[in-house]
Amino acid sequence: MTTSLEQRRAAVRAQARTAGPSGWFAVPALVLFAAFALLPIIGVVALSFTSWNGLGAITFDGTTSWRKVLADPVTLNAIVVTGKIMLFSFIVQAPISLLLGVFTAGIQKYRALLAVLYFVPLLLSSAAVAIAFKALLDPNFGLGPVSGIEALRQDWLGNSDLVLFVVVFVIAWQFVPFHTLIYQGGVKQIPRSLFEAAEIDGASRLQQFFAVTLPQLKYTIITSTTLMVVGSLTYFDLIFVLTAGGPGYATRLLPLHMYITGFRANDMGAASALGVILVVIGLALALLLQRFGGRDRSASQLEGA
Amino acid sequence: MAIIETRPPSTVDTGASAPRQRRKRQRGKRERPNYLAGASGWIWLAVIILPIYYVVITSFKSQAGFFSSNPLLPTLEPTLDNYALVLNAGFTVYLLNSLIVTVGTVIPALLVSFMAAYAIVRGRGKFISFTSTVFLMGLAIPLQATIVPIYLIITRMGLYDSLLALILPSAAFALPISVLILSNFMRDIPGELFESMRLDGASNWSILWHLVLPMTRPAVITVGIYNALQVWNAFLFPLILTQSPDKRVLPLSLWAFQGEFSVNVPAILASVVLSTLPLLVVYIFGRRQLLGGLTAGFSK
Repeated sequence: MTTSLEQRRAAVRAQARTAGPSGWFAVPALVLFAAFALLPIIGVVALSFTSWNGLGAITFDGTTSWRKVLADPVTLNAIVVTGKIMLFSFIVQAPISLLLGVFTAGIQKYRALLAVLYFVPLLLSSAAVAIAFKALLDPNFGLGPVSGIEALRQDWLGNSDLVLFVVVFVIAWQFVPFHTLIYQGGVKQIPRSLFEAAEIDGASRLQQFFAVTLPQLKYTIITSTTLMVVGSLTYFDLIFVLTAGGPGYATRLLPLHMYITGFRANDMGAASALGVILVVIGLALALLLQRFGGRDRSASQLEGA
Repeated sequence: MAIIETRPPSTVDTGASAPRQRRKRQRGKRERPNYLAGASGWIWLAVIILPIYYVVITSFKSQAGFFSSNPLLPTLEPTLDNYALVLNAGFTVYLLNSLIVTVGTVIPALLVSFMAAYAIVRGRGKFISFTSTVFLMGLAIPLQATIVPIYLIITRMGLYDSLLALILPSAAFALPISVLILSNFMRDIPGELFESMRLDGASNWSILWHLVLPMTRPAVITVGIYNALQVWNAFLFPLILTQSPDKRVLPLSLWAFQGEFSVNVPAILASVVLSTLPLLVVYIFGRRQLLGGLTAGFSK
């Protein structure tokens, strides 16, 4: 009898010890998220099969919106432009942020000082950045005309061959600081002993970078790349203020195209269909990167370090 | 105190106060300076600073001076007229609106995501793992894609053109990343600490307040700052969910000023400076917290 009582007491104690909070603790967050994120995701799919001008009644309209959106050459163009911006801004941002991250993680005093200034763009809103560059790139009163350099005398935002690269540059200007910060944190977590060991083995600075820094930053690279790629599906305000999608359709990215379709052309059904396309592309990319990274995000990155 | 010292190891310091030991070792070794890196570093600084410099000096020029002067040289007759113009054009209302929306979003989002992270890390069961999956998926979905249904929900709730219309969806959108960062940090708290508090008969609330909060303070600050930056600078929700000037927030006001002042570029740029000033003050006084927190949060 006594043993079973003791056993039971031990079991109760063990249970009390491991007992966690009940699911109720997650309910407020879940309710808020369900109302303004999950419901809208279901809603965007449902609304893509309706016709609605934003004010009047919502009527079921079958696949009309979908056929309209998929037949519209502007949609395909928006997808292509979004893909180009995504690719180019990754090619530009990833190496710069990686190198700047390694650079600012150095212990030299001047690097710490530079880092303080590098991060200032983090504070600016996209609208502010767009307005600043719009003034700076003005073909009549901006930097180009007074520099005296003929090559800089361009209608940067009005030339459809140039505008894409200008947008990529402005995006890099705004977002490289954030990714630099991520890489800086990653580099600082690499154990010093690895570099010391490499040095004893006679590895040059370049060899150390490729043999120690880069492999150790694997997960940081995946995090940063995911944020960069999925983030490029959300560039809206910068483009909206900088070019409004123009000239023509040269910089009309998918989110902007969705906004214009829904809130300017008052075709909420078609805008919803574009929203669904955005969600699908975002999910596909995130899953792809996750598979590529081959890791549970929630696992600790420090193990084995 | 002992609790605070066992903070997660990833709360990196930004630059200046690197461990003394390490610096000494480095100095002893006399590393060959990396000139290439140094030069590139200064070039990037120029890229970053030039637009900011241009905005600031232009905002002090008169409109006539702007058209006639070299855009890269500061004016010899600085004027505050542009700032006066912006301040008289309702700037303080927009500033106040931005403050209300930011605080109103960040505090509740922090509170509920803190509770949810605690449940995810320490709780068991199907419901909790479902919650965890939902928030992880939320990270992968570009939530901006849902502006049409959000507009519908807000109008049907009768909230269109109110500050609450901005607060509710902004808070919901802030949850996935907040829950992720907070739960990552909570996972680093040794399980024995929870168990011993449990054995002492502490309630969940007491554990949250006396154990989890002190040990995850850097993460809480990170999440707070990150969300505040996002909400303060947000443009899309204000654009589609508000309309009247007295509900306007700062980023939207910049765009409105651009239409209002059209060719008065110095005044537009003055509004850019004024809208960034509050964050710059935060940055100057809380730089270490801000950067250290962001690094710790995302480099995990």
